[in-house]
Amino acid sequence: MQLKHVLTICPYCGCGCGIYLEVLDGEIIRTIPSKTSPVNQGRLCIKGWSAHEFVVSPKRLKRPYLRKQEKLHEASWDEVLDFTASRLREIREKHGPDSIAFLASAKCTNEENYLLQKLARAAIGTNNIDHCARL
Amino acid sequence: MTNSIDEIKYADCIFVIGSNTTLAHPLVATRIFQARDNGARLIVADPRKIQLASFADLYVRQRLGTDVALINGMMHVILKNGWHDEAFIGERTENFEELKKVVEKYTPEKSSEVTGISPEDITRMAEYYAKAPRSTILYAMGITQHTTGVDNVKSLANLSMLTGNVGKESTGVNPLRGQNNVQGACDMGGLPNVYPGYQAVNAVDIRTKFEKAWKVRLSDKPGLTLTDLFPAILEGKVKALVVMGENPLVSDPDSHHVEKALRALEFLAVIDIFMTPTAEIAHVVLPAASFAEKDGTFTNTERRVQRIRKAIDPPGEARQDWVIIQEISNRVGYQMNYSSPEEIQNEIASLTPSYGGITYDRLGGEGLCWPCPDKEHPGTKFLHKDRFARGRGLFHGIEYIPPAESPDDDYPFWLTTGRVFVHYHTGTMTRNSPSLDQEMREGYLEVNPADASAIGLKDGDKAKIASRRGEIISRIFITERVDKGTVFMSFHFLEARANVLTNPALDPIAKIPEYKVCAVRVEKWE
Ligand code: SF4
Repeated sequence: MQLKHVLTICPYCGCGCGIYLEVLDGEIIRTIPSKTSPVNQGRLCIKGWSAHEFVVSPKRLKRPYLRKQEKLHEASWDEVLDFTASRLREIREKHGPDSIAFLASAKCTNEENYLLQKLARAAIGTNNIDHCARL
Repeated sequence: MTNSIDEIKYADCIFVIGSNTTLAHPLVATRIFQARDNGARLIVADPRKIQLASFADLYVRQRLGTDVALINGMMHVILKNGWHDEAFIGERTENFEELKKVVEKYTPEKSSEVTGISPEDITRMAEYYAKAPRSTILYAMGITQHTTGVDNVKSLANLSMLTGNVGKESTGVNPLRGQNNVQGACDMGGLPNVYPGYQAVNAVDIRTKFEKAWKVRLSDKPGLTLTDLFPAILEGKVKALVVMGENPLVSDPDSHHVEKALRALEFLAVIDIFMTPTAEIAHVVLPAASFAEKDGTFTNTERRVQRIRKAIDPPGEARQDWVIIQEISNRVGYQMNYSSPEEIQNEIASLTPSYGGITYDRLGGEGLCWPCPDKEHPGTKFLHKDRFARGRGLFHGIEYIPPAESPDDDYPFWLTTGRVFVHYHTGTMTRNSPSLDQEMREGYLEVNPADASAIGLKDGDKAKIASRRGEIISRIFITERVDKGTVFMSFHFLEARANVLTNPALDPIAKIPEYKVCAVRVEKWE
């Protein structure tokens, strides 16, 4: 049996409470508050206490999907990544870079958001990127 | 936030407007209660009688969308009684005369006519706020999700500057961000007009800096905002969309219109951890890692950059988002060769002055609040200490403008939207969490008892709710929390999508839709 506690941040609201994920043999078994976090100082709200639950939901996506004849089918990473890149290249060639847009996420990390806007601006050549925080 | 969360507990007066704090930001609410225990006064202004109202020294219920008139009324009283901070106004601000001229007209009586709050209460609000040594303002989407959202925020800034309640500990104008990394997504340039760190895409020197670092020519044309995006798709200008971790089909106003736009795309790619309604209509769906399965940083509402750490592997073949983006980029023909999120953060620090001193080795326990320009800088607890970013703080004289849509004979009720305690945003995460889901399985419409009996509705009945944009069916919940003539609904549930009803009318500057106000009809549904 291997038990570890990983210090991380609650994924829900903008408070950004410090939490520990308790991991037993590679599976998260519960969430506990960080006492030293300047934000929550050892407390959590109901969402924080259940922060790990959706992570282990059986409904999590486990494979890539590709639409063929109107329906989504499981596919390999190479297939979906190649398809994505070729569609983006074709559309850019035909309609210009500003015919492509991106939506960044308030649920993803800084690094991921940085990279997505770099993909939009440097790789595709458009400033069409926004996020859903207005909402 | 201009100030940090923990400072709230040392404030002498807390003015909460348009924030259901106990529910949307519970750990900020704990500081409000600590401040109250220390003797602070609490003022709550909200069209719904939210939980925090029962702890307030003064609770007022303004009519929907009348915040500017309320704040102008408070400022009128402050000026009239000489409760303003002349030294602060003289040394730190400009354009005071314009403010005075506009506010002059907003007597408590006039403000009362618009807001429905008594002149006495407006006077007391002004007195509590202005006379306390340290007053702080907390607000959320109840202020910003209006066609006058920017006016509302500027009015709060006026109020704080008028009384010298900014640039000091335990004061400030503090927006509470709804989602955990909204702050970070904006900081990182997830916006159509700026690079990371709010550096404008159309400023030549800045663009040159990024062109050099990224070794590519960049466009100086600001892009489309989210709310301009859907019309642009329907006009055929935008053909492809890549969505990371968002669910616009449920979260955006006027859902039917959004769905039509998404279906019109030649190519839609969705990167997410669940098969969301948006993913279901995509051409490709790329399975991503949740927060527990990756390393990185989040920036909270007080600008605190904190580390998240990988606890477990992603399920099945799911991959971390940064790996997915890198793979797409390489296949499109632009090389990315990062080996870890830390390497990405180092690039962020090199290009973003406010994040310049932020490296993983410094983010051990408490994180760092930006601006943190260099490796020795300790971070910044509160903003605007000796000067504002632009130099002097600018007052704006702002007139009250009514909401874009008001009730009439066909749609006689005001509808406003918000969150419920256990759920979050479109429910993708919380509704897949058994302990949260069991607390609340369906959405409901809050109706005042008088209205319910006039329509002939009993608690738990089903009602049809219709606006000019669409209609939905929902159970009703009879409560005094909402005023007569107003109904409330949360926006987390796909089966009763409140956003089928909401008005996509935008604030002209911030482009935020008016989620908080629209007109609806409510009738019994058998
Ligand atoms: S524990 Fe609650 S208050 Fe803290 S970040 Fe999570 S949702 Fe917000």
